[in-house]
Parts: sequence; C-alpha cells; structure tokens
Amino acid sequence: MITGYFNYWVVIILMMMGFYIVISDSNLIKKIIGLNIFQTSVFILFISMSKVKGGTAPILIAGADVYSNPLPHVLILTAIVVGVSTSALGLAIIAKIHRAYGTVDETIIHEQDDLQDEN
Amino acid sequence: MDIETIVNISLLTMLALTVVVLIRMKSLLAIALSSGVYSFLSAGLFVAMDAVDVAFTEAAVGAGITTILLLVTIAITGREQTVSKHKRFLPIAVITITGAALIYGTLDMPPYGDAKAPIHTHVAPHYLTQSSEEIGIPNVVTSVLASYRGYDTLGEVVVIFTAAVGVLLLLGNAAKRSGRKQ
Amino acid sequence: MNPRSSLILREVCRLVIPAVMLFALYVQFHGEYGPGGGFQAGVIFAAAVILYALVYGRQKAQRILPTETVRYFIAAGVLLYAGVGVATMLLGGNFLDYNVLLQGHQQAQHLGIFLIELGVGVTVGAVMIAIFYTLDEFCE
Repeated sequence: MITGYFNYWVVIILMMMGFYIVISDSNLIKKIIGLNIFQTSVFILFISMSKVKGGTAPILIAGADVYSNPLPHVLILTAIVVGVSTSALGLAIIAKIHRAYGTVDETIIHEQDDLQDEN
Repeated sequence: MDIETIVNISLLTMLALTVVVLIRMKSLLAIALSSGVYSFLSAGLFVAMDAVDVAFTEAAVGAGITTILLLVTIAITGREQTVSKHKRFLPIAVITITGAALIYGTLDMPPYGDAKAPIHTHVAPHYLTQSSEEIGIPNVVTSVLASYRGYDTLGEVVVIFTAAVGVLLLLGNAAKRSGRKQ
Repeated sequence: MNPRSSLILREVCRLVIPAVMLFALYVQFHGEYGPGGGFQAGVIFAAAVILYALVYGRQKAQRILPTETVRYFIAAGVLLYAGVGVATMLLGGNFLDYNVLLQGHQQAQHLGIFLIELGVGVTVGAVMIAIFYTLDEFCE
C-alpha cells in the first residue's frame, strides 16, 4: 500500500507546495519558480504512471522483454521544452513590469495602480 | 524492499525537502539555485523510473537553461525579496483541501509499477512490439515522437516558436530602441 | 556578461565548449539508437553558446552567431519540419507519412525522422539562444 502509492502522494505534496508559492508569495519571480515546481511534479506523476515493475528503458535491445511505457515519456519530453519556453515568456513579461513599475512585488504594483486611479 | 524502491523513496524525500527549504528562503538568488537543484533531483528520479530521454531533457533544460534565464532576470530586477504581507491562513486552507481531494483521488489509481494498469494495455504494446518492424530504430521514444506522433511534435515545436516570438516582441525591439537613443 | 572573467574559467571553457558542441551533435544524430534527439541536442548546443557568452561576453558571442542569424534559424527549423510534411503530401502520401519519401519503408522512416529531428534541434537551439540574447540585452 505505502510503496504502491508513495510516488503519487509525494507528487501531490510537491504540487501543493508549488501551488502555495504561487498563491501566497507576492514576488512575481518566485511565483514563476512555484509554477515550475508545480509543472515538474506533474511530470513526475506522468512518468510514475509509465513505470512497469521489472521493466527497463524503452530502447529495444536483445535480452530484454519488459519495457516501461514510452508514450508518457514522449508527452513529458516535449512538455519540458515547451515549459521552459513559456517560463521565458513569463520572465520577459516580468522584466517589462520591472521597467514600468520599478518593482516585481505584486502588493507594491497594486498600491501604485490604486494611487494612479485616485489621481 | 529492493534497491529501486529505496532510491525512489530517498529521491522523492529529497525533492520534498528541497521545496520546503525553497519556500522559506528570502534571497531570490538562492531560490533560483535551489530550483536548479530541484530539477536535477527530478532528473535523477526520471532515470530511476526508466525515462532516460526525459531525464536527459530535464537535466539540460530544467537545471541548465531555466536556471540561467532566472539568474539573468534576477540581474534585471534585483536579488532581494521584500517581505510578503499576505495572510498565510487562506492559502494553507486552500492547498490542504485541494491536496486532500487529490490524495483521495489517487486511491482509485493502479499502484505504482503495476504491469496490468490500463495505461499499458492500449497503444503502448503496439509501439513496443511493432516499431522495430514498422520504423526500424531501437529507441521507441524517438519513433513515437518523430513518426507515430509526428503531428503532435510539430505542434509542440510551433508552441516553442511562438513563445520565442513573444519574448522577442516584448523585449527585443525595446532593447534596440533604447540602444538607439543612447 | 563579464568579459574579464578569471583566467582559470576562460581556459577551462576553451577546453569544455568544443566538447559540449560535439556532444550536442552526437545526441542529435545518435538519438535513434540511444537516449537523445532534437530537443536535447538543441538545448545542449544552446548551453554551449550561452556558456561562451557568459564567460567571454555576449558581444563576442554575437560576433560569431549574430542575433539576426539566430532569428532566421528559429524559423528555418519549423519550416524544415513542416516542409517534410508538405513534401510527403506532394509525393502522394498523408501529412508527415514518411513511407513515400524513399523506396524501402524503413529507409524512408529513417530519412523522415532524421530530417524532422534536425528541424526540432535547430528551432529549439535557436530559440534558447535568442531568448538568452534578448534578456541579456534588456539587462543592460
């Protein structure tokens, strides 16, 4: 029971800690890092599902007949590279925000916006 | 307990500890480097779970490129983090409820490493048994990526292309313009 | 970023960077037999260029691999990938159905996979280098 579900449970803990960073921290860069942690935990969930006990990596060789499932590997392989591209886009937006507001802290940005609305 | 299980459990524990430390950190520089450590540990976990191609990508992308991009952004924005004034109670309540619901959901899943799980019965056996005849290359991940699911991969490449266009539109021209002014 | 990096760093990088680039090519063209492929190769090649730019300064890296060239490569990889799909359609097959490219179907699959992996590698590598150049330019 414990070893059968340990992977999934740790994945959920990691996912929730990433989610916690995203919703509780006001620094935008730390939010992006939280999203990365969330994303990587989803990758671990997918790869955990592809594992077959006693299997080996899905590269066909003589003498092995049990392989892990290659399909989730393909999905996650491309998702990792797409993930870094989207993070880079997020970081570019943060750099732009820093130029406009002089800060990357969400709370201060909201305060500045409220001040502008009043004027 | 066999060696694979021990490696698996210790890597997962180290991953969780890394994130706990990362949450409590205040310096963005240290946070960026810890997220690199997190990526590297998960790459090790992918090797333990037979996903060598994924581990390779995660080590190069997550631990390499992402960390560099984070560091460059921190060089733009400054490394110290202001102390958050957010209330802690609501986020903790949200993640506890969501996490409990998700853990309840996992109880219906097939246990880790089960060869009879539904995921292993549909198309995967076809790829594993037929690809050496149909495609003729030993790495099944490459044959699925580039041939069976070539259309999906084209979509992924276009997404990467679009993200790059987005970054260049946001920052590329601005950098050039400010360069001309000076 | 810093053209005046330490002597040890510069000399070690002089030895390491060619090996990293060679490894990227190995990963690109050996991906059908071992772990690897276009995605990984592109990222490793970009990492070599980024390491060069970090140690010797971005301007020096841009003299070898100018921003304009990198931007053309971003589009060239996607065009090569989609071009293979269009070529298979013109030869009478489905989109990305490599079997019509050559006579023997295994050779045709090999050629198709080789070409699209090359397209993926070129795009991914160029995208990573372009993003780094852009962020670093914005940094100044």
